Amino acid sequence: MDLVIARPEGLYCPPGTFYIDPWRPVARAVITHGHGDHSRPGNGHYLTAAPGAGVLRSRLGQDINLQTLPYGERLVHHGVTLSLHPAGHVLGSAQVRLEYQGEVWVASGDYKVEPDGTCAPFEPVRCHTFITESTFGLPIYRWPSQAEIFAQINDWWRGNVAQGKASVLFCYAFGKAQRILHGLDPSIGPILVHGAVEPLNRVYREAGIALPDTHYAGDFARNDPLLRQALIMAPPSAGGSSWMRRFGDYSDAFASGWMRLRGTRRRRGVDRGFVLSDHADWPGLLWAIEQTGAERVMVTHGSVNVLVRYLCEIGLDARGFVTEYGDEDDSASAEGQP
Amino acid sequence: MKAFAELYLRLDATTSSNAKLLALREYFAQAPAQDAAWAVYFLAGGRPRQLVPTRVLRELATQLSGLPEWLFEESYQAVGDMAETISLLLPESEHATDEGLAHWVEQYLLPLRGQTPEALHERLPQLWAQLDRPSLMLCLKLITGSFRVGVSKLLVTRALAQLAELDAKRVAQRLVGYTDLSHRPSAASYLKLIAAESEQEHQERGGQPYPFFLAHALQAPSEEFQTLIGAPSQWQIEWKWDGIRAQVVKRDGQLWIWSRGEELITERFPELHSLTETLPDGVVLDGEILVWKPGNGADDVAVQPFALLQQRLGRKTLGKKLLADAPVVLQAYDLLEWQGEDWRSRPQHERRRQLEQLTEQYPLAPVLLSPLLHGQDWADLERQREASRSLGVEGMMLKHREALYGVGRTKDMGVWWKWKVDPFSVDAVLIYAQRGHGRRASLYSDYTFAVWDGPPGTAQRTLVPFAKAYSGLSDEEMRKVDAIVRKTTVETFGPVRSVTPTLVFELGFEGIALSKRHKSGIAVRFPRMLRWRQDKTVEQADDLAILQGLLG
Repeated sequence: MDLVIARPEGLYCPPGTFYIDPWRPVARAVITHGHGDHSRPGNGHYLTAAPGAGVLRSRLGQDINLQTLPYGERLVHHGVTLSLHPAGHVLGSAQVRLEYQGEVWVASGDYKVEPDGTCAPFEPVRCHTFITESTFGLPIYRWPSQAEIFAQINDWWRGNVAQGKASVLFCYAFGKAQRILHGLDPSIGPILVHGAVEPLNRVYREAGIALPDTHYAGDFARNDPLLRQALIMAPPSAGGSSWMRRFGDYSDAFASGWMRLRGTRRRRGVDRGFVLSDHADWPGLLWAIEQTGAERVMVTHGSVNVLVRYLCEIGLDARGFVTEYGDEDDSASAEGQP
Repeated sequence: MKAFAELYLRLDATTSSNAKLLALREYFAQAPAQDAAWAVYFLAGGRPRQLVPTRVLRELATQLSGLPEWLFEESYQAVGDMAETISLLLPESEHATDEGLAHWVEQYLLPLRGQTPEALHERLPQLWAQLDRPSLMLCLKLITGSFRVGVSKLLVTRALAQLAELDAKRVAQRLVGYTDLSHRPSAASYLKLIAAESEQEHQERGGQPYPFFLAHALQAPSEEFQTLIGAPSQWQIEWKWDGIRAQVVKRDGQLWIWSRGEELITERFPELHSLTETLPDGVVLDGEILVWKPGNGADDVAVQPFALLQQRLGRKTLGKKLLADAPVVLQAYDLLEWQGEDWRSRPQHERRRQLEQLTEQYPLAPVLLSPLLHGQDWADLERQREASRSLGVEGMMLKHREALYGVGRTKDMGVWWKWKVDPFSVDAVLIYAQRGHGRRASLYSDYTFAVWDGPPGTAQRTLVPFAKAYSGLSDEEMRKVDAIVRKTTVETFGPVRSVTPTLVFELGFEGIALSKRHKSGIAVRFPRMLRWRQDKTVEQADDLAILQGLLG
């Protein structure tokens, strides 16, 4: 029996009568993590991993009907045993393990296999059927180690300070920003953040994640000499806006897995692209799939066709699931999240 | 190799011209002359012919990366650049070569050309294993002839000029022809570029042409011309020919013909070889090479479509029949050197007068004098310009009477305007899409367009493809179209997707000709998207009959 099927409202568990990350409002929703395409407003009841509660409430409202579950703890609903396991994607991100009549399925949401110190690291869960994302499902996507990337970011910042230029780093406000903050060398200069980033920093700090001191960029006057030593973190949407004018002469950069390709970086029109993603790269996807021991793999959002074909060729029973997460197919055009 | 790879990364990591200039200066200041010689060559746009067949590169890349062929192809479609794709898929090498750019190019890369696939299969992995990732990508770009890094020739010129404390115009002059295939960069040729000014400079120029002076587009409505650029009487006005811009150099009893791309094309045009005898020494003409077939009737147009010239350029050998079918002339419109003296700093009208005298004085059968046009005012000239299409020209050229002959697309020494006629345009339907290259990588940005054929309301009415285009949309529009393509895909054939026809674009193009190669029977020149017609439904797109009507 299929423990998860694709329905117009989202991924559905028929015996449990609940949905996982539904994109239309439903009665019961299990949420893998707080990014906008996975956690949407309007559901009757939410279940999420305990460390993700703060994020979910800050994004969907304090009054949502939220139940939390510590990682690894089991809960039985309509005969389905459900537990949540770290996905290593962002704070509170979880894989959903479902067990029913001896059959085990794991829906992984979005995941990353390299530990980053700002959320519980990815934990492989044995199962019969594994539901995987495929955002970076092409062999051209192989991440350099994050130590190497942080060294690049710090060097870039240092170089700009030496030239008396502000450093504006664009990155997604939830997850990526905190991960970078965690890896920055705060001795180089002050760290400023855009208004979209600060609330999430607060959530991370409350969860006990060590982040360096940050200041709200809006508190600084234009031409404040301090700006020329600062690193400013802002969501991509701030690029090209009037908000940027206060920084005078600056160098800009974008942190994303898409920066692996010269073409996507040039399209961004930024000086530097840092290859840093919250998603598994190609070797990471293959490793994670292998670790689950699953014989059947359902592939969602990203390079669905590519990953399905490849997995079939190495002897797995792989199929595509149509979802509304991220973008369909190879979503370099979206470039929003990762 | 490593130093040049680092320069590449630095140039690629900034959009600021000043930062690029600084990176170039610092590179050239420390590079050995033989390496700098090749660096100038590649940065200024020089490309040796493809050194290794792409097929061999693909085979090797799939073999070394252990990937199935289809997955390599998918990767290539996402990256949009062969060299980059391979560099991303090969296993990372720990080694880094100490050998310089010149050594790599001369000892390792150039000798690859013409080797058997077996030899290449053995040789290339040995070479690649010596390169870290940035050097590997660079090496592959040199091999595939796709090296480009957002540096203009002008910027290279400025960097060298600053370094050598020379006038940039002098360096530009010395750089002419540097990237021609017949020239092999060497330490000596580089040192000549940056050498101090010498007395003999002018005598030692051999067959070198001058840097071409380029025109700016004039896009204002003609009613504003009077205010913007003054009266027509201040301008030397000519037709804008649609051929190959060329300089004909005659010195020391020898003839050289150079294209605007600074390639030596003397051999391609035997019709002009008689000029070796007829032109005096110390003459440089600037003009346009055109296929020219004067008819008998008064209304016959002598100039032939560019397509004919292009066909001729595509041929390896120029047979008798071809020369008879597509004979060329030079429409001369400027004189850059006279009696061995550089005339570029004389005003336009003076150069013109001397050019007229020259063409009267010497019997120059294959050289015609590009006629001057006159009008009482701009409205009058605009009326004359309406005949452009029927005369086989692209519009008019306006050259200021006092203009000196500048370097490149500059305005500091006087100005040339091109006043082109509006392009042809039709509303066409997007039916296929393919992912693009370079900064359009991974985006469905290259499209095939179709128009309707067959009577409306009947089953025979179908969309027939007639053009491919990828330019003209803003990044924002491209993103939107990309999303629509993905949502409306019907079928995928390799890299191409067919879509449910929903999008209409106004397509512009410069020329139109009959073609046996296209289903529609029509080929258009330089098609591009002028506008996304979101106000039009697919049914409102144009008919093939409209295109056929444009054939005239």
